[in-house]
Parts: sequence; C-alpha cells; structure tokens
Amino acid sequence: MSQQSTAAANSSQGSGQQPAAPAKRKSATAEFLRKFSKQKVSLVAGIFIILLVLVAIFGPYITPYDPSAPDYDALLAGPSAKHWAGTDEYGRDILSRLIEGTRLSLAVSLSAVLIAAFFGTILGLLSGYYGKWLDRLIMRGSDVMFSFPDILLAIGIVAILGPGLTNVVIAVAVFGIPSFARMIRSVTLSAKETLFVEAARSMGAKDRRIIWRHIFPETLPSVIVNVTMKIGGAILAASSLSFLGMGAKPTEPDWGAMLSMGRDYLSIAPHVVYFPGLIIFLTVLAFNLVGDGLQDALDPKMKN
Amino acid sequence: MNKLLEVEGLKTEFKRAGGNVMAVAGLDFHINSGEVLGLVGESGCGKSVTSLSIMRLLKGTPGQNAGGHVKFEGKDLLRLSENEMRKVRGKELAMIFQEPMTSLNPVLRIGKQIEEPIRLHLGFNKAKAREHAVHMLQLVGIPRASEVMNDYPHQLSGGMRQRVMIAMAMSCHPKLLIADEPTTALDVTIQAQILDLMKRLKEERSMGMLLITHDLGVVAEMCDRVVVMYAGRVVEEAPVKELFANPQHPYTQGLIRSVPKLRQKVKRLESIPGNVPDLSHMPQGCKFAPRCAHVMPECMTTEPELLAVGGEGRKSRCWLTQQSEQKGGSAV
Repeated sequence: MSQQSTAAANSSQGSGQQPAAPAKRKSATAEFLRKFSKQKVSLVAGIFIILLVLVAIFGPYITPYDPSAPDYDALLAGPSAKHWAGTDEYGRDILSRLIEGTRLSLAVSLSAVLIAAFFGTILGLLSGYYGKWLDRLIMRGSDVMFSFPDILLAIGIVAILGPGLTNVVIAVAVFGIPSFARMIRSVTLSAKETLFVEAARSMGAKDRRIIWRHIFPETLPSVIVNVTMKIGGAILAASSLSFLGMGAKPTEPDWGAMLSMGRDYLSIAPHVVYFPGLIIFLTVLAFNLVGDGLQDALDPKMKN
Repeated sequence: MNKLLEVEGLKTEFKRAGGNVMAVAGLDFHINSGEVLGLVGESGCGKSVTSLSIMRLLKGTPGQNAGGHVKFEGKDLLRLSENEMRKVRGKELAMIFQEPMTSLNPVLRIGKQIEEPIRLHLGFNKAKAREHAVHMLQLVGIPRASEVMNDYPHQLSGGMRQRVMIAMAMSCHPKLLIADEPTTALDVTIQAQILDLMKRLKEERSMGMLLITHDLGVVAEMCDRVVVMYAGRVVEEAPVKELFANPQHPYTQGLIRSVPKLRQKVKRLESIPGNVPDLSHMPQGCKFAPRCAHVMPECMTTEPELLAVGGEGRKSRCWLTQQSEQKGGSAV
C-alpha cells in the first residue's frame, strides 16, 4: 500500500483530527486497527477488556464499600439499590469485592500467561531452530505435559508447592509453556526456511542474531494471539484452583474463591455465586473473542 | 594468475528415505582472482547446491558434504569450524540470491539489514556503519540513499531490492562474490542494469565472481570462463568465446542451439530431447548418453573423464571429443 492511500484510509476512518502526514511509520498500525475494528464482536470484547483493565487499576477508588468490611445487618442480602450485587455470608458487598478482585484475577492470569509465553517462546525458538536432539527433548517433554489434563497438572504443582496465589501463577504458567513452545516451534520451522534467513546466514550472522532479529519477529503475531487466547483459560484455571481452595485465601476477593465460598449458600442466596460466575464467564469470553479478532487482523493472508 | 577458489572433487549428497542421492558428484573447477566464472546448466543439475556447498549453507537442509575440497586462498573451507566459517561468510565470500523479493527481511528497515554485516565483520560503530551503508547504497546506484535506509523492503521495487542485496554483499569487500541467478527474477531492462552494475563493481574492486545462471545471454555478457554442469558433474569447461564459437560437448552444443538467434527465421526452437535424469536412477555410463544424438556403445557403459581437449584451458567429458582429439580431427 502506498503512503498516500494509507493516509487516505486513515482520514476516511473518521480519525481526521490527527495529522496523517507521517503515515510511513504508522501504516502497519493503522492497517491493523482498521482490520481489527471491522470485527464488531471482537471490538466490543476489546472495549470490555479495556474497561476491566481500568477497573483493575482504579478499583480501590471506585468500590462503593470497603470490600472486606462486614455489614451484619445485611447478611446474604440479595441485589438491592444499596448493594447492587447483594452481599455475601459476612455481609460484605459483592460488587466491591468483584471490583477489588478484578485486579487480582487479571494480575494472576496475565503474569502466568506472560511467564508461560516467555519460556514457551524461548523453548519453541530453540526447538525449531536447532532441531535434532534438542527439538526431540523439548517436544517429548511437552508431550508429557500435554498428556495430563491441564487442571490436574496445576493441582499437582500447587499440591507440591503449597497453596497460595504465587504458586497458582507458577502452576498456571507451567502448564501454559508447552502450548507456546509447540506453536512457536512450528512458526520457527517455516521462518528458518525463508530466503532472508539464508541470506543473513550467508552474510555471516550468528545463530543468536538470526533467531532474535529475523525469526522472533516472525513469531510475534502468534505469540500475541496466543497470549490473549490463553488469558481466558488462565483466569478459569486460577479461579478453579481458588475454588478448590488451593489458590486465594477466603479473605482475598478472588473471583474463584468467591464462587467457592458461595456454593454453600447456593440454595438460599444464588446471587452469591451468580455474579462472580457471570464476571468470570464474560471475561473469559471477551479474551477469547479478542484473540479471534487479533488472529484475523494479524494474519497477512486475510485481506480486509 | 593465482587461483582464488579451487573446488576439487566436491560431492554433496542428499539424505532420502530410499538411500542418499548425489546432487553434486565430484565437481572440479577453479576461479582466478578478478575473473568471472559462469556456472551453466539446466534446472536441477546442481548449480545452486554447488554454491550452497561452497558457502557451507546446507545446514538445515537434508544435504550434506560427502567429500572433496573447497580451497579459498589455499585454506579448505570444508575443514573450517563453524565459527571460522562464519567469519569468512560475508567478509571474504559473499552471496546474492535469485529472489530479491524474499531475500530481505520484510520487517526490518533496509538500513538495519545493510549495517548488520558491516558491524559484524568490519567492527564499525553505529554511526560509521550507517555512513558506510549509505555509501554502499550510493555505489550500487540507489538514488536518495539515506532515505532508502529508512525504508522497508516492500517499499522498493525488485530491481532496487537486488541493488540493496548487492550493496549488502559488497559491503565488506569480499574477494569472491557468488551470484546465484541474480537476474532471473527481474525484467529484461532491469536485468541489463544489474548486470552492468555487477560488472562495474567487479572491475572496480578486482573481485572474483561465480555467476550461476541458465541464461547463456548473461554468460556471454559477463563471464571470462564457463563451466557447464550436467547431472551434478562438469561436462565442459572453456573460455567464454571458444565455448560459443566451438562447443565440444554434445550437451553444450544442444544448449547453444536451443537459444534463438537474431535475424534467423525458425519455425521451432531446437531443444534437447528428454529430461535431466532422476538423481536416484542415474544411467550407468555417461549421464547425458540417453539424450545424446551422438551416443556410442561405450557411452552406455563407462563414464568418460573430464579431460583437456582442443585448446588452452578447455576440458570436456565426452568419449567422442576425446576420440577425435586423439585422431587429431575436429570434434563431432
């Protein structure tokens, strides 16, 4: 796409305020935004995630009540004008706890997925680039990991390390590594066959440099998409672990822990599980939809 | 003239499920310094594999070296360690490829890509490497060189990209440039420009060049000497003028006949009947025998040697030319 037409596309998008002159650098970003915003569902999901992130950042300032302050006059009270999402068995405001819990859930899942992405990408690059015994070692290792159901593996890891949110992060990260490694390996395998990698090698470039400068950028779109896709799963996994009493302590306003605490009161006060369940459901869905949208927007083979 | 590159008995085989196949089966040739050697042959005769074998870029392919020597200024490249070889690549021997469209990394700016070998081999700092890169771009005739440094490959045309590749290959003053079909992917006018550029640079820097091509026009234009390859072997070697004036090997004769000539009306172009033999089912004797018009009984049983025939620096791998040589008559 030429400069002019990118600039034209830029201004025709309605973002006329910003000068479209230095489009040279922006063209890729503009093109990405244009493609992404064409997918309405993903766009809505993306906005939802941005809201969640804002809530996570400003949570403590916008909670209507102190998330851990009990109100013994309103135990297990249903949704009302005073408590929009009702209260739990100690009379704590569920909405406030959900808001406070956003930070916790996002932090746990995001850090777990980023750790998994970091190690998984390195392993995948090494495995795909060097091949031979290293490839076999890494891939058979991940096959072993794949053979366990994810949550079972995480339970095992937490059982060894002991309960607590840090260990949940580690557990969720560990079972995320193989899928990253396998995916990045496949991208690496095709990227290392490209002529520009061969050309770089013919110029005497070192392996390390080829991997970092020439192959890693090729894998980035896959990394980004996979990170978004995995965050949903990580939130679910972290919540499940908390639900099983292996993650957050009951005092911590974790979504999964809230669900777990509430299940004893399911028959008399369903709202106690309803709202945490809903927010987990919506968040996971939103991340997966954004992942889908990113996949289409970042795929150079998809035109418009 | 001293020999810059000497390839002796180079063999490259490819691992395959049903046994290995020889893509390059004992290749001998040399390049003098400051000379352009053309390596000619049909698709699949092992030209590109030869260049990759010399550069030792077969890693990651099923191919592997299976013997022979590649002596560059006396040292055997095939015996160097990977680290030593890396210092030779780009610095002493550089390579340009057939596809300028894909041999540049699409996500890196041109400048970054040219600076890479410069900083690696010449140890320049950032500012100096950039200056040198701009200079190289000017040298290969790129207008607005300092602006192009900030462009991405997709912003350049094919000819421009090939110029960038040449600038990159030349940036560390290599003594030998291996050009693997450098103009095949370009249109004819750009082809001529690129060839002129390569010729000029070669003369300015008195660099040796191995020009791999299947285009006899390019050979006539560029080369001093020519090596004709068939089925992984050298079948004929000759100075360029003599090759065109008096080709010895029937295969070379066929190649030259199949090029259309100006001012000569022909209904059909001549072609060499048949195909290059399958590497895993090579004929027993001369590899060209099944397609040769002058085939004799001994051609089917024993493969002829590459021997000097008719004139200075000429060699041919053919029973017929060698026989007529002995009789003192002219070949074929």
